[in-house]
Amino acid sequence: MNNQELLELKKTACKVRIQTIEGVFNAKSGHPGGSLSAADIMTYLYFKEMKVDPENPKDPNRDRFVLSKGHCAPALYGALAIKGYFSTEEIKSLRHIGAMLQGHPDMKNTPGIDMSSGSLGQGISAACGMALAAKYDGSDYRVYAMLGDGECEEGQVWEAAMFASHYKLDNLCAIVDFNGLQIDGHVNEVAGLEPLDKKFEGFGFEVIKIDGNNFEEIEAAFEKAKTVKGKPTVIIASTVKGKGVSYMENQVGWHGKAPNADEYKIAIDELNAQLKALEA
Amino acid sequence: MAETKKIATRESFGLALCELAKDHPEIVVLDADLAAATKTEIFKKAYPERFFDCGIAESNMIGIAAGLATCGKVPFAASFAMFATGRAYEQVRNSVGYPHLNVKIAGSHAGISVGEDGATHQCCEDLALMRTIPGMVVLNPADHYEMTAAVKAAYEYNGPVYIRLGRLAIESFNDPDNYQFEIGKAITLKEGNDVTVIATGLVVNESLKAVKELEAQGINARLINMHTIKPIDKDIIIKAAQETGRIITVEEHSIIGGLGEAVAAVTSEYCPVPVNRIGIEDVYGHSGPAVGLLEEFGLDANGIKKKIETILK
Repeated sequence: MNNQELLELKKTACKVRIQTIEGVFNAKSGHPGGSLSAADIMTYLYFKEMKVDPENPKDPNRDRFVLSKGHCAPALYGALAIKGYFSTEEIKSLRHIGAMLQGHPDMKNTPGIDMSSGSLGQGISAACGMALAAKYDGSDYRVYAMLGDGECEEGQVWEAAMFASHYKLDNLCAIVDFNGLQIDGHVNEVAGLEPLDKKFEGFGFEVIKIDGNNFEEIEAAFEKAKTVKGKPTVIIASTVKGKGVSYMENQVGWHGKAPNADEYKIAIDELNAQLKALEA
Repeated sequence: MAETKKIATRESFGLALCELAKDHPEIVVLDADLAAATKTEIFKKAYPERFFDCGIAESNMIGIAAGLATCGKVPFAASFAMFATGRAYEQVRNSVGYPHLNVKIAGSHAGISVGEDGATHQCCEDLALMRTIPGMVVLNPADHYEMTAAVKAAYEYNGPVYIRLGRLAIESFNDPDNYQFEIGKAITLKEGNDVTVIATGLVVNESLKAVKELEAQGINARLINMHTIKPIDKDIIIKAAQETGRIITVEEHSIIGGLGEAVAAVTSEYCPVPVNRIGIEDVYGHSGPAVGLLEEFGLDANGIKKKIETILK
């Protein structure tokens, strides 16, 4: 990607983060930490990587994205709204009674959502089913599934991993948003996740490790994934939980909590300043 | 009329799938290392490229089915009822039920008629679990012809369906020339006004034998085959309650959460009459030959007849 593209992606990611904060603040609940850590990768997927068309969200040949860590829906909603699937106004009613945007992704009512998700461990299985369908049909669309690092403690993730490798689903690219924190603390203090790369290698995956908040590395990883044949790929993306909002960064307490009015103002001011700097 | 050859509904299911698949390339079949037992192996032999073994990983299998369904496939995912609905309950609820995906789940070896494998594999809770899921259709066919028709109806219905399959080879009692199946429309097998017996699945034929014997003793029982547990046929239940004043349900399933409670929910709301539930009474099964277990638990014709007599005393 050239410098202009890189700059545009950075600006879009900043806007996705602003929408994330708007959504969670107006909902008075939700999950800002993991949404902010994943915002760069989601931005890259929707604005560079995936063949998708907001005018035709059900196109059978589109690439698919499954947010297996469904609680990070605020960032996904931000990306979808900015992409044009629905108005950013919808984000202000996130989690409200009667709202389109549910606490976790709902494929039935939200354009652009390819799979309902949120119960951890389940999205990756559905993504495997989609990738299998593409193989069965001889279609060339790709399937992307984003997992949380803590989510990899779910046994179903490894059932799905075995399946993906057994059926040689090289059209499947999993991404682990490795921000290192889960509700009860650091992932390695809670349940001993590491070595995650060796685990995925053992399950037959091509493993790519990157800084998940760096667009050049994100691009290189997704480009490499497309060249892998005969096996699925996982991108283990080291990220900063709460990325972009100073007081949320690397703080486990911001996993599932909304900012109050003062905190909201600080977050929006910081993100707007970052956006302004990029636009300068 | 009904033939005498015995066939298990799991085998009827496998045969019906094969027949349906001829004209519907979007049908694919998933199993979790039990193809020989659930009889999806019949399909696997005929359409190997449309059969996907998921290994012993039922939770993942349900998710695979959900993903396939989002891409226009019509997956039939089979395992033992215990694992398809018990182990994978939450996957069925959240990955299939909530998005109302077009996935058909087949639970084989349901009830105590699993036999020798014993309590761990004798699922007497599947109907209860599946009927709690919003939008889920729950079918429990009673013989070969009903299963054949039910598989077709499940395919034609756009949304999630659970179909209960049995291991034990049983007689067919429906008349293949005149049999008609409609989801949610129960079938009156025998008219009568003294009491109504509502049965489902394997024990329908046993109940039929029981009510015929009771007739000889002057008890004129109506018999209804409730092949669809959800959506339940309210009209036929209300009519039976009004006309016969008492209902006895018979199921090879826990009396908690199954047919009996589904029927009692309708009567208590629309036409309160006594409802007695014959089934597995809040206990686990155990090992033994299927026929012997059905006798022990009072779910053969003789046992059903005796329980009805006791209830009516």
